[in-house]
Amino acid sequence: MSEDRPGPVSGIAAATRPRLPEDLRRLEAESIHILREVTAERANPVLLYSIGKDSAVLLHLAIKAFYPGKPPFPLLHVDTTWKFREMIAFRDAEAKRLGLDLLVHTNHEGVAAGVGPFTHGSAVHTEVMKTQALKQALDKYGFDAAFGGARRDEEKSRAKERIISFRTKDHRWDPKAQRPELWRLYNTRIHKGESLRAFPLSNWTELDVWRYIQLESIPIPSLYFAKPRPIVERDGALIMVDDDRMPLAAGETPQERLVRFRTLGCYPLTGAVDSEATTLDAIIAEMLVSRSSERQGRVIDRDGSTMESKKQDGYF
Amino acid sequence: MARDQRAWDEPDLESKSLLRFITCGSVDDGKSTLIGRLLYDSKSLLDDQLDTLAADSKAVGTQGAELDFALLVDGLQAEREQGITIDVAYRFFSTARRKFIVADTPGHEQYTRNMITGASTADVAVILIDARKGVLTQTRRHSRLVSLVGIRRVVLAVNKIDLVGYDQRVFDRIVEDYAAFAGALGFEEIAAIPVSGLRGDNVIAPSADTPWYGGPSLLEHLETVDAGRETADRPFRLPVQWVNRPNADFRGFSGLIASGRVNTGDTVRILPGEGEAVVTRIVTYDGDLKQADAGAAVTLVLDREIDISRGDLIAGAASPALISDRLSADLAWMDEAPLDPARSYWLKLGARTVSARVVAPVSVVDVETGAASAASTLALNAIATVEITLDRPLAFDPYPENRDTGGFILIDRLTNATAAAGMVRGALHKSSDVQWQELDVGVDARAAQKGQRPAVVWFTGLSGAGKSTIANLLERRLHHAGRHTYLLDGDNLRHGLNGDLGFSPADRIENVRRAAEAAKLMADAGLIVLVSLISPFRADRALARGLLPAGQFIEVHVDTPLEVAEQRDVKGLYRRARAGEIKDFTGIDSPYEPPETPEVRIDTTAMSPDAAAEALYLALERRGVLNPAFAAFDYTI
Repeated sequence: MSEDRPGPVSGIAAATRPRLPEDLRRLEAESIHILREVTAERANPVLLYSIGKDSAVLLHLAIKAFYPGKPPFPLLHVDTTWKFREMIAFRDAEAKRLGLDLLVHTNHEGVAAGVGPFTHGSAVHTEVMKTQALKQALDKYGFDAAFGGARRDEEKSRAKERIISFRTKDHRWDPKAQRPELWRLYNTRIHKGESLRAFPLSNWTELDVWRYIQLESIPIPSLYFAKPRPIVERDGALIMVDDDRMPLAAGETPQERLVRFRTLGCYPLTGAVDSEATTLDAIIAEMLVSRSSERQGRVIDRDGSTMESKKQDGYF
Repeated sequence: MARDQRAWDEPDLESKSLLRFITCGSVDDGKSTLIGRLLYDSKSLLDDQLDTLAADSKAVGTQGAELDFALLVDGLQAEREQGITIDVAYRFFSTARRKFIVADTPGHEQYTRNMITGASTADVAVILIDARKGVLTQTRRHSRLVSLVGIRRVVLAVNKIDLVGYDQRVFDRIVEDYAAFAGALGFEEIAAIPVSGLRGDNVIAPSADTPWYGGPSLLEHLETVDAGRETADRPFRLPVQWVNRPNADFRGFSGLIASGRVNTGDTVRILPGEGEAVVTRIVTYDGDLKQADAGAAVTLVLDREIDISRGDLIAGAASPALISDRLSADLAWMDEAPLDPARSYWLKLGARTVSARVVAPVSVVDVETGAASAASTLALNAIATVEITLDRPLAFDPYPENRDTGGFILIDRLTNATAAAGMVRGALHKSSDVQWQELDVGVDARAAQKGQRPAVVWFTGLSGAGKSTIANLLERRLHHAGRHTYLLDGDNLRHGLNGDLGFSPADRIENVRRAAEAAKLMADAGLIVLVSLISPFRADRALARGLLPAGQFIEVHVDTPLEVAEQRDVKGLYRRARAGEIKDFTGIDSPYEPPETPEVRIDTTAMSPDAAAEALYLALERRGVLNPAFAAFDYTI
């Protein structure tokens, strides 16, 4: 094929991969359609790459959408400096493997002020190092559309968000003034300074994402698989001690515990789950009998400010 | 809260079909509760979500100590505080047989906008009725909108059946009422189910309290109902989203196949141009395909250099789409700012955006009754039949044939708001080169000279109903009285002006449009125009009405039951239609939508043609059409 083809996405050749079930094919086609539509109509799009499973699927779909060309937009990672170390290594390896431009942005004012989850709490940390940082990056590069991997089944206010979500010059989301979205017709028109967030995975569920990762052999960080990891239990959350910035209380000693992560974020804010699932089959089997949702381990969902208010302020 | 395992006891990773449905009902019909019940009883809720729900129910719930399922769906703060649903919410759940995406839409003020949005991607509509209240105005509105958006399968969920003591008579009466009203809406299937969202009766499993109901539960029905999605045997359509040119050796055209099927070797036409080419490759990341069907996202490579850009429509060469810079459409206005016919809007259809103008007057449809009236603007939530002119030719299909190439949005050029959703009815012929000529002698002067008021008396009814007979008698009567008349007869028009038209839905629309335009010109000349035309579709007659000043259009429903018309069968057409020799015959295999509020209704089983003509003559007299004293003013009836 052409020289421009990005490297194979997995070790398994496309031809030998099983054909996708009908429901996943339909979701895949819908996402590709959205990726192409926004890219064609906006001057300067970007893909928000957060390294997790949803980002991995989104990236895979972007590769498919523009094949045999490359996705005509860069990846942007907002680095809070508190991500799991493995995530950063994985991110760099993926960008290199696919030959894509990767932009990394950190809120250096926040770093200079010493903002972090242990010192400032999750609400301030998220506001400064994620929300503000994201806005800085979008303004810095003048991106007018940002793809994200959010899904409607994740959270109640997400369930009400459009696939193409309009943001004001200040990046604010107004849930009461959303554009009606009909058929497969997306209104991507904006004025200068305004922007769009686009969510090609809106109609996917967590299970769809895992099935797709399995069937398409999409690489994901090994943090999703069970392994003995150094864990302390705080407020019911299993927090992994990923580096020596984590202050330990008197008598608090990390315990080796067989755990994995259902979502990935800043390590001090992301709770692990006890699990023996070391394969995708096992993860999916575990999910099917799980009695808790994936955001259960997210400390930021319980910090007093709702997802809706975070989103209004410009959080993805 | 002890519950057994999730509904899918076995991990099922194989193909499941997907059903998208919309729920609609009035405030307090219990929509959110019913959806919450579906999620809860199908075990699609997880423990932490249930814990949150339990806490929320205690804090702001309305069900005392019980779980308030409405809080599951009402996700926005304002909604939870005010106990209302503001916006369309999408919920996901799954059973062993099917995956579901539910669009829950509010039942209050913004209902039209949100309902049309939710319905645009739905396969099935679940219409809720409060068993205590029966079929309400809101029910009629919702059903009409659901029909307008092209949903053909409806579930009538008669909710709160527990509150009427599980009384079968109540259920039967509601179903009967609904069927009587919905007959004209073109639904293929109406499945009525007695349910209680609050108590769970017939939601997941059959209820012991409704032994008289033998049908499936709501969930069983949703699991098995035909999604009615398009098949591959429709005309091939691919709107070009993206011209893929990674290097000098590759040039492909990417898009989602909107309908039909494409094979390598197929000849395709690039619309709105004339160019044709042969498909040499169907490229995907997962390898080239020999064939691809509707719903696939692909990249086509063609055998020759041909000018194609984003927004062009690639169609099967044997079945190209309509092309015009004028079209007629149903429009749902969605913006706070009303329609301004003097302004130009962006129109986006498929992957193309063009400049568009809505021609005034528009024909506004009363969503409650279906009656039409002329207007010069459209307010938020209004529905209308309109004519739209474009700045260049566009390729499209009638909406009932293809949602993707027949649905469009209008975008406000100043605010970028999505101002309206449109559904194409058909193409109108080019008029872009013709300027309107202002004339010095006006309609009033012409009519006054004739001592009458212009009017269009529009006879509609089944073939063989007696339209032409009565119209002919009326014209004789008027002529004898010294009035200036003309009779436009549907059959006669088809020998000349409409000789190029057949009986397909698109041709029928055009047939009516031409007759209406001709009648309009004659009324403008000051004549009393009698039009005798089956004109089976309400919306087309609304269009004709919209062309004329208020009060000039007099709709006469020549009401003859199908059995009677068929028994008379003056021209032997019914016999041939029944034998299958004539297709699309009104009343047999093509619907007739009777007027809901005609100016005059004639029951031909109770009145002779002569008596009918005389009654009409008197009606015209009463309306001042025959009185020159009223000629110059007061067009309202």
